[in-house]
Amino acid sequence: MSASLKPSALQGATEAFVTRFEGLKARLPGDGDQREAAAVLLRRTGLPGPREEAWRYTNLRSLADQEFHEPLTEVADCAELLARVPDIDAPRLVFVDGRFRDDLSAVPPTAGVRVGGPAFGLLARPEHEKLVALNTMLAEDGAEIGIAAGVDAGTLLLISLATDQNGRAVAFHPRHTISLGEGARLTLVEIGLGEGVYLHNPVTSVVVAKGASLTHLRIQNEGAAAFVLSTLYADVAERGTYDSFTLALGGRLTRAEIHARLGGPNAIVHLNAAQLLADGQHADFTTVVSHDAPNCASRQTVKTVLTGKSRGVFQGKIEVARAAQKTDGYQMNQALLLSDEAEMDSKPQLEIYADDVKCSHGATVGELDPEQMFYLRSRGLPEAEARSLLVRAFLAEALDPITHDQARAAMEAAIALWWERHPA
Amino acid sequence: MLEIKNLHAGINDKPILNGIDLVVPTGEVHAIMGPNGSGKSTLSYVLSGRDGYAATEGSATFDGHDLLEMAPEARAALGVFLAFQYPVELPGVGNANFLRTALNAQRRARGEAEVDAPSFFKLARAAMKALSMPDDMLKRNVNVGFSGGEKKRNEVLQMAILKPRLAILDETDSGLDIDALKIVADGVNDQRGPEFSAVIITHYQRLLDYIVPDRVHVLSAGRIIRSGGPELAKELEANGYAGMVAEAA
Amino acid sequence: MTAVAETLDAVQSVTDGGYKWGFSTDIEMDMAPKGLNEDIIRLISSRKNEPEWLLAWRLKAYAAWLKMEEPNWAMVHHAPIDYQDLHYYAAPKKKPGPKSLDEVDPALLAMYEKLGIPLKERAILAGVELPEGELPQVAIDAVFDSVSVATTFRSTLAKSGVIFCPISEAVLEHPELVQKYLGSVIPAGDNYFAALNSAVFTDGSFVFIPKGVRCPMELSTYFRINARNTGQFERTLIIVEDGGSVSYLEGCTAPMRDENQLHAAVVELVAMDDATIKYSTVQNWYPGDAEGKGGVYNFVTKRGACRGARSKISWTQVETGSAITWKYPSCILQGDDSVGEFYSVAVTTNMQQADTGTKMIHIGRNTRSTIIAKGISAGRSNNTYRGLVKVLPKADGARNFTQCDSLLIGDQCGAHTVPYIESRNRTAKLEHEATTSKISDDQLFYCRSRGLSQEDAVGMIVNGFCRDVLKELPMEFAVEAQKLLAVSLEGSVG
Repeated sequence: MSASLKPSALQGATEAFVTRFEGLKARLPGDGDQREAAAVLLRRTGLPGPREEAWRYTNLRSLADQEFHEPLTEVADCAELLARVPDIDAPRLVFVDGRFRDDLSAVPPTAGVRVGGPAFGLLARPEHEKLVALNTMLAEDGAEIGIAAGVDAGTLLLISLATDQNGRAVAFHPRHTISLGEGARLTLVEIGLGEGVYLHNPVTSVVVAKGASLTHLRIQNEGAAAFVLSTLYADVAERGTYDSFTLALGGRLTRAEIHARLGGPNAIVHLNAAQLLADGQHADFTTVVSHDAPNCASRQTVKTVLTGKSRGVFQGKIEVARAAQKTDGYQMNQALLLSDEAEMDSKPQLEIYADDVKCSHGATVGELDPEQMFYLRSRGLPEAEARSLLVRAFLAEALDPITHDQARAAMEAAIALWWERHPA
Repeated sequence: MLEIKNLHAGINDKPILNGIDLVVPTGEVHAIMGPNGSGKSTLSYVLSGRDGYAATEGSATFDGHDLLEMAPEARAALGVFLAFQYPVELPGVGNANFLRTALNAQRRARGEAEVDAPSFFKLARAAMKALSMPDDMLKRNVNVGFSGGEKKRNEVLQMAILKPRLAILDETDSGLDIDALKIVADGVNDQRGPEFSAVIITHYQRLLDYIVPDRVHVLSAGRIIRSGGPELAKELEANGYAGMVAEAA
Repeated sequence: MTAVAETLDAVQSVTDGGYKWGFSTDIEMDMAPKGLNEDIIRLISSRKNEPEWLLAWRLKAYAAWLKMEEPNWAMVHHAPIDYQDLHYYAAPKKKPGPKSLDEVDPALLAMYEKLGIPLKERAILAGVELPEGELPQVAIDAVFDSVSVATTFRSTLAKSGVIFCPISEAVLEHPELVQKYLGSVIPAGDNYFAALNSAVFTDGSFVFIPKGVRCPMELSTYFRINARNTGQFERTLIIVEDGGSVSYLEGCTAPMRDENQLHAAVVELVAMDDATIKYSTVQNWYPGDAEGKGGVYNFVTKRGACRGARSKISWTQVETGSAITWKYPSCILQGDDSVGEFYSVAVTTNMQQADTGTKMIHIGRNTRSTIIAKGISAGRSNNTYRGLVKVLPKADGARNFTQCDSLLIGDQCGAHTVPYIESRNRTAKLEHEATTSKISDDQLFYCRSRGLSQEDAVGMIVNGFCRDVLKELPMEFAVEAQKLLAVSLEGSVG
């Protein structure tokens, strides 16, 4: 089985990362043993290859062909990127090229925030997710955000900017944790922007305690040449809510992987997403929702719009453990193919071990409904406008649950801009 | 004869019936009326043996058989029939198949000969004609895609074919227009005779214009607070439940 | 309607528990020594007087198999199989020249009776003359262990130009057809089990329907594993030329054994322009006992090629048996406007494991596929639907609809759905829906309040759940299948 993986570029890339770690490790903060263990793991297994079920649709070959360097240490000028950050009134934590920038940040008064080193957290599984092993080995910085029990911390922005390093490809691996105490509330708006060629490989651990509620809105609008491979783990306790929405617009090769566990009764998880892809973009939205307690509900609406020679991937697995009776799991994945060269691959998956459950998934792939198009045009809309209207209507179902007005507006604006640049 | 004595029952430990006494002699039709939440549906479920509806005290017998000790199918074989307030859908199960299976299961349990397919269809067609139901009703899946009215008529059709000795109609009139109501009432009246009794559970007096009961009982908070002749229903229609409930309290 | 009534009667007549077809027949076996090597393959080939090209083909498959690994992606688990501990050739001892059915071993005929083969078919097998001019309804090519010992109606079929015979005979009598099509849908090295089959297959059925011929009767084969430790490696090849059509039925039971038995069949279908093939299976091989001991490992490769325009291949399967089922009857929709269908019911109880589904590969324009899969899990079993719908760039206007429903009975079993949906054509439209549920208490109570026992109520609700699949089966199979569902689930709800 592994025979076909070798002597691949993936092995070479793995070696390069491990070698970099060897050179850096004296300087890297935090638990050295953990990093060494990750390095051993990574050296043994390499980066994920196409023969692995979880990576059958996303090939890291193009990443492996790229040589990455350390981000430059001098303080980068990022005024242009900053200007593109949407207008949302809230305190902010800004990372530039993976490093926290105090001068650009406004640390919120209501949240316990610690920066200046990676926040490893306890949920990550480097032994299962190889990119998490890579992150563990090389993580340099990150944010630890803690909301005390009972506190409503309002909105917080977590911003990642990647600056153009004059054609030098760089890699950074931030490591964040977000934990909400009992009954705490937070809306975290995460924004990724960048220029040039880079690998952004963040790992985030989210812990939602009893009755707490985290709304996590992510706008991935990174550079067109970027590799963005994020992994997030969420653990939600009794009556807790993890409500997330991911908008993926940028990047050359991107994957957003989420592992959400409903660990206490009556917990709720929403993992919604919209992906808009053009040119040769490849975007992958992969989720594993584990129902480990009774009476929990999970919802997923994932929409992908594909133009040009793009490729979209959705992999969504719902696991229901024996104890998780009365689970209500729903997943809908829909894709619009707007070009003859685009490809959509979808793998919705159910793994059920409890009998008294209500689980369903649906998936559709197709083009815009010609009848709807004709109807709109017969009412006088030009073709492009009709198409734009129908595409927005298609996306609306995924966007509608977003109640944060400014974030929602930012997303709508980003989508409108994307549409202007990539009219189908 | 249905005899209910001091019946206490509830759902999952929550008491709903608090000592019901009721006798329905063979050949009589009794109506049970009451406001929402008075325990009408619970009574029908306890009598027909639904899981989770447990009697905690008292008794209910039919012709001397202890109903409360019997499995639902055994009660059915004895001749007890519940017309559901919300008939259940059985996807993929044809109506004719279902009815014939049920009929023969009951007949078998009673030691009677089974009905072969031709006789069954003769019987079913006759019953459907009487209820103004189209023939294709037999081909459709049990209650799947039926309108509210069709579902209720299907319940009455089942009653006509299974020929119970005691029919319990749980708000069979709800959701019916006047034409359907007459059809349903005719279906019940056709069954009336010295060997047939019925308990008609309803919120409104309307149905009782068409099925004139021998006795009317008013249920409130899990007890029968008044009994009388058909005129009691008219009184309720005129004055509502509130006064009577207050008076009893 | 009468069929339904008949079914109900049949369901009610089924007695309590157990695997009622678990018996074995005492027929002397001619058996090759255990183990697999080139010599065994040469032995099989020479016993069958095969031409040189076929031996070469087998040896090539064997060489490929040696380099392959057993697939491990299915959600099934079993102890390692020792492929050297099996017999690869067994045949009933031949009496000289059984020209007619009267000469067939009476033990074999008696077995058909126990198998519950319908009376008319038994009568046919027993050689009863039909009235002048009457066409028989079902022809049977019975496979007893590895060698076909009875073939009926070949002359009737021959009149219309249909060839229906054991594949070993076809190799000798129609070598040009076999050589042209064997392995053309499932290449010898397609997968581990197909390669193994290609190396060691001993017999199976061959069907050829010439241009414009609608096969005048349903063709039927009963497979049966008999000899201890005999791997079964049937090979079936069905070719339907332009405008022809055939309906093929396959059913099987297996005798009760303590040891696991390996079954790795290959079925290849080829449909040319406007041709139609309907392939129906009722599978109830011995599933092992309640603790998971024994039972058949059923690792089958079935694939149909819709080569011609407007051709159609329809797979219907009811899988209730086997300890492990690994099976994905698939359609390659190559011809424009071709149609693929997959209707499946898979029931697992006790410790059974099933990983089954289909692949629909849309290559031609306006190709259409429908997948209806119903999985029922009970006991401590695991039941997985695994399916691929793939639309290639040239398949303009391709359509797929997939519906997967799982029913769980009890809280110790598992139900899994693993669909792969891949589209590379803008104008293609794919829809997939999956649900998981249990039999609701409301439904059970409703049925019981009408007089049905708990088990009859479950049987009725389950058969209703599977109706969309069962209605695709030919009538006599539908009856058998409904009976099987009820038998299989006896005692599962309590």
